[in-house]
Amino acid sequence: MPVESWLIFLLSFMIVGSIIALEMKDLLSAVISVGVVGLGVSVAFLLVQAPDLAVVQFLFEIFSIIIMVRAFIKKDYHQEAPSKVNKILTGVTLITLIAVFLLSIPLFKLIPTFGEPLMTTSRYYLENGAAETGAANIVSAVILDYRAYDTLGETTVLFTAILGTLTIIRIKKRAKATEEEKS
Amino acid sequence: MTVYLLCFALFLVGIYGIITKRDLVRIIISWGIMGYAVNLMFVLFGYKNGSIYPIFVKNAPVLPQTMVDPLPQALVLTSIVIELGNTAMLAALAVRLFQKYQTFDITKIRRLSG
Amino acid sequence: MKQTEGMTLIVKTVTRISVWLVLLYGIYIILHGHLSPGGGFAGGVIIALAFLNVMLAFGRDFIKNWLNIDMLHDIDSSSATMFIAVGILGIAFGGSFLANFIPHGTLFNLVSSGTIQVLNIVIGLKVGMGLFIVVWALVLFHLDQKE
Repeated sequence: MPVESWLIFLLSFMIVGSIIALEMKDLLSAVISVGVVGLGVSVAFLLVQAPDLAVVQFLFEIFSIIIMVRAFIKKDYHQEAPSKVNKILTGVTLITLIAVFLLSIPLFKLIPTFGEPLMTTSRYYLENGAAETGAANIVSAVILDYRAYDTLGETTVLFTAILGTLTIIRIKKRAKATEEEKS
Repeated sequence: MTVYLLCFALFLVGIYGIITKRDLVRIIISWGIMGYAVNLMFVLFGYKNGSIYPIFVKNAPVLPQTMVDPLPQALVLTSIVIELGNTAMLAALAVRLFQKYQTFDITKIRRLSG
Repeated sequence: MKQTEGMTLIVKTVTRISVWLVLLYGIYIILHGHLSPGGGFAGGVIIALAFLNVMLAFGRDFIKNWLNIDMLHDIDSSSATMFIAVGILGIAFGGSFLANFIPHGTLFNLVSSGTIQVLNIVIGLKVGMGLFIVVWALVLFHLDQKE
């Protein structure tokens, strides 16, 4: 079977999985459903000949599920029935999004067909990458030699996000200490 | 073209989740779904029919003309890493809000102030 | 089965043997980042998952004695500084920020790509330590809440 048929099957499976993740009542089941959608993205990356991305997406997806399950487990609360305003909002949003989808079909016909990319800048990287940088993996050569400054920016963003997470979670110890000082 | 339309439909499912759901956990899940749709679409722009991954192997010479576009793959690698930082920070915020208000419902959190 | 004590005896015995293999696999993926798919980010996550395996199997108190959390913080922060230090050395020896100034060997060797391997190691350490510290903080927060 050609790659396009496999991708259409996989994408329909992902759309059904994400709708199930949004409509389930149990929190844990919703998190696991979105994890399955992420693994489907990893299989799609394998089908499009991107093994580097498939490995990274698989591992980061597993870590995302670990963090979400660790944060949201055993936190049940009383869920109310949706009010009337919420039902009207759901209906209006559905109609608007379906209209946006149908109106954008002629726009998608202008994109170059699937399977024939333009590749005006990548020819240089593919032909001269191995000789100039000495790396056999052209994606590594692009992110760590030709565009290493972008990788510095990405590392800084990840560092800042982790510091922000630690600051938010650790406030309790300071609050406990100031309460003990006051009493 | 059908593949790109299905990616756009996945993105619209994410937008539907962010606008209509009141549960904080569903909002975080919808943010993740939107991220998957955008990353997948970028990589699908670079696929070439009948081509192979962009890695040179030692004893099997491959012409560079038959390789997939490596540039979208480099951009999406950065994007996947930043999405993880996003999810971790949103989860930490949700945990602190639950500790203070004992609920994940965003309508209740708006009404209790201070 | 309290949270601070870890899991059953079977899990502990298997973890004692297999966690070193997982760490070795993570180091292999980091070092061969310029020859096969993977690189610094994937290898870093594998190292974080190895430490997480030890924490889940043996409990929180064991990890406090086994790993010094302040040392992990220091490795994380100094890796960010080393990235910039490699860039400034690139200005000194190569002419532009983050230039590839180490001489290349032959293609397909392990040490053949100059600063690409050094940057892979730096990124692997940073991502691994940072992600493990986030999960450790979440576990600590959860246990503090229960008391």
